[in-house]
Amino acid sequence: MAKHETPLLDQLESGPWPSFVTDLKRQAETHPDVYDILGQLELSYKDRITHWKHGGIVGVFGYGGGIVGRYSDVPERFPGVEHFHTIRVAQPASKYYSTENLRKLMDLWEKHGSAVTNFHGSTGDIILLGTRTENLEPFFWDLTHEMGQDLGGSGSNLRTPACCLGQSRCEWSCYDTQETCYHLTLHYQDEIHRPAFPYKFKFKFSGCPNDCVAAIARSDISVIGTWRDEIRIDQAAVKEYVAGNYPANGGSHSGRDWGPFDVNKEVIDLCPTECMWMEGDELKIDDKECTRCMHCINVMPRALRPGADQGATILVGAKAPILDGAQMSTLIVPFMKIEKENEYEELIEFIETVWDWWMEVGKNRERVGETIQRVGLPTFIKVMGVDPIPQMIRTPRENPYVFWAEEEVEGGFERDIDEFRAKHAA
Amino acid sequence: MGYNPEKPMEGRITDLGPPHYEQFMPAVIQKNKGKWLWHEIIQPGVLMHKSETGDEVYTVRVGSPRLITCVHVREICDIADAHCDGKLRFTTRNNIEFMVDAKDKVQPLLDDLASRDNKFPVGGTGAGVTNIVHTQGWIHCHTPATDASGPVKAVMDDLFDYFTSMTLPAQVRIALACCLNMCGAVHASDIAILGIHRKPPMIDHKRITGVCELPLAVASCPLGAVKPTKAEVDGEEIKSVKVTVERCMFCGNCYTMCPAMPLADPEGDGIAILVGGKISNTRSAPKFSKLVIPFLPNNTPRWPETVEAIRKIVKAYAKDARKYERVGEWAERISWERFFEKCDIPFTEKSIDDYRLAYDTWRTTTQFKFTSHIK
Repeated sequence: MAKHETPLLDQLESGPWPSFVTDLKRQAETHPDVYDILGQLELSYKDRITHWKHGGIVGVFGYGGGIVGRYSDVPERFPGVEHFHTIRVAQPASKYYSTENLRKLMDLWEKHGSAVTNFHGSTGDIILLGTRTENLEPFFWDLTHEMGQDLGGSGSNLRTPACCLGQSRCEWSCYDTQETCYHLTLHYQDEIHRPAFPYKFKFKFSGCPNDCVAAIARSDISVIGTWRDEIRIDQAAVKEYVAGNYPANGGSHSGRDWGPFDVNKEVIDLCPTECMWMEGDELKIDDKECTRCMHCINVMPRALRPGADQGATILVGAKAPILDGAQMSTLIVPFMKIEKENEYEELIEFIETVWDWWMEVGKNRERVGETIQRVGLPTFIKVMGVDPIPQMIRTPRENPYVFWAEEEVEGGFERDIDEFRAKHAA
Repeated sequence: MGYNPEKPMEGRITDLGPPHYEQFMPAVIQKNKGKWLWHEIIQPGVLMHKSETGDEVYTVRVGSPRLITCVHVREICDIADAHCDGKLRFTTRNNIEFMVDAKDKVQPLLDDLASRDNKFPVGGTGAGVTNIVHTQGWIHCHTPATDASGPVKAVMDDLFDYFTSMTLPAQVRIALACCLNMCGAVHASDIAILGIHRKPPMIDHKRITGVCELPLAVASCPLGAVKPTKAEVDGEEIKSVKVTVERCMFCGNCYTMCPAMPLADPEGDGIAILVGGKISNTRSAPKFSKLVIPFLPNNTPRWPETVEAIRKIVKAYAKDARKYERVGEWAERISWERFFEKCDIPFTEKSIDDYRLAYDTWRTTTQFKFTSHIK
């Protein structure tokens, strides 16, 4: 492939943030197809529009997902990107890697593909960006045989689950997000690779209500760590914070002089449930009123820790706006123990109850959150076999239009109009 | 060995899933998993986690363009080999994390990173701007209304000092999605950069019969703007669709379902800015981002209007918000009318919702502020 002039992209080589253009040029020296990536991207910068065709169904035998077909609409000018299919490779939990593993994967990708990647895609996969149809099977062979690794999800299937770094390096994680994510990913390989759902379906696992993997905004089933006993307090450390000896919020505000730490202003007054106060130099919390928002724990990490009776809150139905508008997940199970000992039996039963119902009533390209909106939350909780609790709602309904069922009303719905008229003339 | 196209199913291995995570974790992480007690950001981009065993792990967080090549990944590996026993991780916001098990190993790592031009900026912690979560744009996608890596580079160049420092009232999460499909899930970000279309789809009658299931194209429109019709191609009548233009909200869902309905356009496409979303449950509930700037043009290669708009919002927020207050919490406290005024953003009817559930966003109280909007 020849080098192309890229005067517009060249302007993205200056500035302090690392430049993807400089990087692509460096790679092109040993992998000349990358010149055509730069060439076509330059054309898009000139024309201010994409030059990729719509769709193209490609894949490897036996899988219905994991590869996204893509073709250039100007292949005669940029033959190096005539086919530019993306491969999604399932990422290890919390995105830890050994350099040995990464180097091997890069060797494979230079051999079979464009040598361009994303670390990572929005759902969490390793994205290998651009290869030809005839390279897909050889790449997949090498990926599975030489590396023991596998593709992720795409299409109307379970997408590759993702988790925060959890207990591996965070003191707040209320369950082992990595092990849960890994276990369920292996448990549901068929659902990830062979699309059988009305639309895409995502799991995300966050260890605490800070929700670092955005489970509540982005996953159909959001598993977010929480606890149901008391916040653990180290009163000696509280004193150190009050005395200004420990930096507030783990030092995250140290770039500006915000004045001396004020436990009232920065912790107690910002508590959304007003359930904290100082008694002398001791911090008190009325834990039964606490909604576990994490603010006080975030601000005083050396003094406060989540309680010890830990589990997760399960919420359902988040999605981005297409089509009926964005949805956050809705709380369905306030507290569930998430434990490997029983192989996540309770969580798996929950997931499969959702799927069995959604696969039957969900419309084509309807996310489960939209299905729930369409049939109503009361119907969904009946399907799930859970009792209605006020924790599921922000406020009680503001209209009186209850769908009473016949069996709930004394005497049922059947009545005789003649009997009625005998007492009530028309 | 390798794949044999003559016998494609022979020796095939499937459904392996991802490799087990534990083999990739640094030794100090493996040993202390579940035992961490507290953490502290000791300088921008450097975190220290303390374990109940007394162990410490120092993490150096480094920005990345996300779109990276094999050459760049190998350079990341070189750094991890030299300093971190060959282990590293990536964050959900596309940062790289290098971990060492002793404080005296931090400075040599920082020096090494600094010696590699600007490829490995250290930062993205605490009350600052961390890396921008984003999508593909023109490098790979068939439906984008803007590029992704280019605008991200331009915005991060401009906000770079906020990446390497911790001077803001709280963290500011910026995300970019190059069309309304929102693969980047920007809908709950402090500042969202969203590619939008503004021209209705064209109908490629010559192609539609071969590539499109007409009932699916009709059903794809959430507003019923796509209707069946007949068209003439080379003197022959064919079944096709038409678009009721005044009902089109430019979501592009029809193009997703039907390749014969392209809608991207150099003048029609551009960027909308939404602000005030958050994911975390801290203090207030998670919130969606709200549309405050309906359109900015795709002026390549550096999107100056978008860069300026975001800088103005971040500066106004930095000056005015209280410690810990996220952009959305700040806007709600000072009122949205004041937000528009302080950020010097003209308010237009485009910020008044007229889609489903719009009424939830209308003001139904006598409480308001007399800002410059009231003439």
